Amino acid sequence: MSQPILAGSGVLTVFGGPVDLEVAPGGCLGISGESGCGKSLLLRAIADLDAHEGDIFLKGVEQGQLTGPGWRKKVGYLPAESHWWLGRAGDHFSEKDESFAKDLQRLSLSSKILEAPMEQLSSGERQRLAFLRLLGAQPEVLLLDEPTSNLDARSAAVVESMVRGLQVDRGVGVIWVGHDIEQLHRVADRVRHMQAGVLV
Amino acid sequence: MNTLVLTSWDLVLAALLVLALAGTSFLLRLHVASMILVAAVRTTVQLLLVGLVLETVFSHVSLLWMGGIAAVMLGVATYEVRARQKRGFSGAWGVGVGGVSMLLSAFCVTVFSLQLVVQPTPWFDPRYAIPLLGMMTGNTMTGVALGLDRLSEGAWRDRGRIEARLSLGHSAKESIAALQQDAVRTGLVPIINAMAAAGLVSLPGMMTGQILAGNPPGEAVKYQVLIMFMIAAGTGFGVIAAVQLGGRRMFDERARLRLDRLSPADDLT
Repeated sequence: MSQPILAGSGVLTVFGGPVDLEVAPGGCLGISGESGCGKSLLLRAIADLDAHEGDIFLKGVEQGQLTGPGWRKKVGYLPAESHWWLGRAGDHFSEKDESFAKDLQRLSLSSKILEAPMEQLSSGERQRLAFLRLLGAQPEVLLLDEPTSNLDARSAAVVESMVRGLQVDRGVGVIWVGHDIEQLHRVADRVRHMQAGVLV
Repeated sequence: MNTLVLTSWDLVLAALLVLALAGTSFLLRLHVASMILVAAVRTTVQLLLVGLVLETVFSHVSLLWMGGIAAVMLGVATYEVRARQKRGFSGAWGVGVGGVSMLLSAFCVTVFSLQLVVQPTPWFDPRYAIPLLGMMTGNTMTGVALGLDRLSEGAWRDRGRIEARLSLGHSAKESIAALQQDAVRTGLVPIINAMAAAGLVSLPGMMTGQILAGNPPGEAVKYQVLIMFMIAAGTGFGVIAAVQLGGRRMFDERARLRLDRLSPADDLT
């Protein structure tokens, strides 16, 4: 097997562990589990947003060898609930090129939405925009926490397809956390279940 | 011009007004009558004691004495800054951020003004140093407390926004910049308002005191302008220093947001 793009060994979060995991280049690890079992905390630890113990590697490079922001540019985390810091959606995107316009269209989002105040957008629109915002940073690994929880079936299928495209075209590694077991088996090469902070 | 000397009877007459206010509050069942009376007694006792202390200090001009008084004033102000924050930093940082900021601003600006502007002899003459330092610490304390409270409350409330930026690889500095700007603005609002309203809406305290004491209004104005500028500089530098220090303390060496470094809110209501 080639070197994993992401590997974790003995990862301990404030909730529990230890967790060992590996994601191959272009691969996807699905994680299911009851609410509150520690899935999001594991993603936050891998993104280095929370203090944790254990070793996490990106293409063999240990987390501590990169700065926090440097690591997070490569290991992008999409939380279940999106947050925004500027008034209009479009202000959060620096690159608005042709491929961005295509992605908007694929996700059934009108370009007019970029001019709208954030508070006027639905939770589904915000979730799709947050997904695009993460893709704009071009991370090498995607940590997706229930990325389609507010989406209809069609939009969810588009998100799945876009993620698959990144895996195939750019070898992006993915960890996809969700409650929809059918979806997890559809998007992931391997699905693991989390119980009390431990992957079983 | 002669100063009109106040007798004890004059103070009793003034106290009757406070008693009338307390009585009215009692009759209207506003539940503030006892608070008014306690505050009035505290004011009288505290100011009488300060008067005694000042008389002693003024008759013993010594750098050691003055240094001790300055340390007490800054110490009390530092404690007050921490006490006025809903979610201050826990541990030594809780007092350290405010204390260092006020030392860098209130204390330094006061020394600068005494040495280079007012130039009494000696430069630490308590008759000048104590009132100037008192006004500086009082105003800087308010600004620093407001700025730090806005910063810590804002970080707590905007955690999602800050971490959304961190998640995209933004630096800690970028992620908290907007909140820091807001916190500095909040800390500076009182002194900016005071400068804008000075002379139009109200006559500032020091100027009023000097005029009542019989000094020419022109001289009183000069002192008041000096004080306003000192307070603006002291408060401004103090708030900027506190918010910068506080902003750094919010993150660890991995640029993670560390809200666990803040104390739990005293009152979540």
